[in-house]
Amino acid sequence: MVINAFRIPMSKGILVIVALTAAAILATGFSIGTGAVRISLSEIWLYVFHGYDGPMKEIVWNIRLPRTLVGMLVGANLALSGALLQGVMRNSLADPHIIGVSSGAGLFGIIVLILFPHLWSMLTPIAFLGASGAAAIIYLLAWKDGVQPVRLILAGVAVSAFLGSGISALLIFFSDRVNGALVFMVGGLSAKSWPELEIILPYSLIGMSLAFIGSSHLNILALGDSNARGLGLSVEAARFFLTALATLLAASAVSVVGLLGFVGLIVPHSARLLIGSDYRFLLPASVLLGAAVVTFCDTLARLMFAPLELPVGIMMGALGAPFFLYLLRREAR
Amino acid sequence: MTLLRLEDVSVRLHNRTVLDSLNWQVEAGKIYSIIGPNGSGKSTLLKTCAGQLKPAQGKVLLQGRLLDSYPRRQLARHMAMLQQSQASLPDVSVRSLVSYGRFPHQPVWGAKRKEDEEIVEWAMAQTGTLPFAERKLSNLSGGERQRVWIAMTLAQQSGLILLDEPTTYLDVNHQWEVMELVHNLNRKYGITIVMVLHDLNHAAACSDELLVMRAGGMYASGSPEQVITDRMLRDVFGVRASVGRDDRSCRMHCHIEGLLEAVDFSAQPAIAAVK
Repeated sequence: MVINAFRIPMSKGILVIVALTAAAILATGFSIGTGAVRISLSEIWLYVFHGYDGPMKEIVWNIRLPRTLVGMLVGANLALSGALLQGVMRNSLADPHIIGVSSGAGLFGIIVLILFPHLWSMLTPIAFLGASGAAAIIYLLAWKDGVQPVRLILAGVAVSAFLGSGISALLIFFSDRVNGALVFMVGGLSAKSWPELEIILPYSLIGMSLAFIGSSHLNILALGDSNARGLGLSVEAARFFLTALATLLAASAVSVVGLLGFVGLIVPHSARLLIGSDYRFLLPASVLLGAAVVTFCDTLARLMFAPLELPVGIMMGALGAPFFLYLLRREAR
Repeated sequence: MTLLRLEDVSVRLHNRTVLDSLNWQVEAGKIYSIIGPNGSGKSTLLKTCAGQLKPAQGKVLLQGRLLDSYPRRQLARHMAMLQQSQASLPDVSVRSLVSYGRFPHQPVWGAKRKEDEEIVEWAMAQTGTLPFAERKLSNLSGGERQRVWIAMTLAQQSGLILLDEPTTYLDVNHQWEVMELVHNLNRKYGITIVMVLHDLNHAAACSDELLVMRAGGMYASGSPEQVITDRMLRDVFGVRASVGRDDRSCRMHCHIEGLLEAVDFSAQPAIAAVK
């Protein structure tokens, strides 16, 4: 009887996780299967898991599958990063923008694309450097006997505005070279393949394992600094570690596909509405939902104006913003 | 046995001395209440005992060892603290919150052991929170919620519980409920209690020892009989009062009659209003 009562909230969490896993798998199938040529689910299965040597092998293995996987990992990393930051800041409207990841990667990316186009092959590491550098600066600026969430948010807003003005200045001074930079500013999965996957995958794997270990710490942080200390949590260390983790996750995603906005905000927020604030469930739910949403939106972005392809960032914003407003209204009621 | 000892402790906050060379000790197994007017340093003292504030001068010793030398996790197994006010946690269930009390006993990855579940169950049973174990914290009344937070500190299984004004925001009935609960936990399990209280009659009724604070220092300490006097109420709180023993409960009881000096607020020049 007692044991039974203990399982009720658990099983609801597990149910949502199972549903989200199914959604992610469906989105994957949808993404690999649709495009200029349609490929049925059973065919995909044969190509991927049985080494089937059919006419679509090239399309599946070299184009659709890697692109889909990159999209999933990007979505997962950004959503997980947002969920971690929402926990650290104790603010369900926090996202990777707040720690300067987007503006840092944006400015460094634009500098490469506009001023040093010959360094194009170095775009990803340089953008990564910009993203994590901006986060480090914000963390240092917010430091005063430890870091308070409000100070971190304010420092983030200020530094992002500063870097953002640099981006705008470059776009205006070199308006003739803006074209290549625009796609990076919006974020897109076009032509992403195995090399990009190799870059993101280690961050995803390490980030996810460490984040899930940290989930119980996030639950304790949510009780407020004094309670968390009273329960034996080293609040400063936990905050630093989790912020660093969120930075690496978001920076790895953003440096590969460009400034994909919104995933890091709406996905963890939506996951919270679905599954509650227990981070042991919220983190995996965010990962799954992030992977599903980015994959789904990218597929739509490819299909909607075919053969013209929209960057997934535009689709995310167009679908995400109204959905987010709907959630906020529902929450306010 | 001396559980906690403060030697010549001073605490400074925002360049102001809030605690001034305080000496005090807490014996294991007793109930201590810290009383005193607003701003006399009660909460500061409690937070210093909990290791949440560092003394600028002097030593705080837990079982003869410097408080600072305990790793956080280990300290949390020795003492639990209930904050005065809590952040609102809308979708946390009672059981989850109480289980967070097991955090200092769990490995880093937070695996839940069977023993933890049993202790959580026990803590809820002790505080009468089992009937609403699966409900959300936001759906409880103030009194119920306070008992849940106490259950969390209980699940920490520490020998010392610090409570910062545990009865604030509660109505009379629930105030006494909390007092009874604290008293029971002490008598049944020998848990040492140190709490900050505003209500002198609560303090007198439930404590073995009182510490009276005035302006960052100790005014008096001792049993309620020794400490609660007309003179103390006049010196420390600035009120006229008659102190006696309640006929039925044999507890010390004070009846506040009014302020020592009448204050006429209307006589103050209304500078702020003119500006």
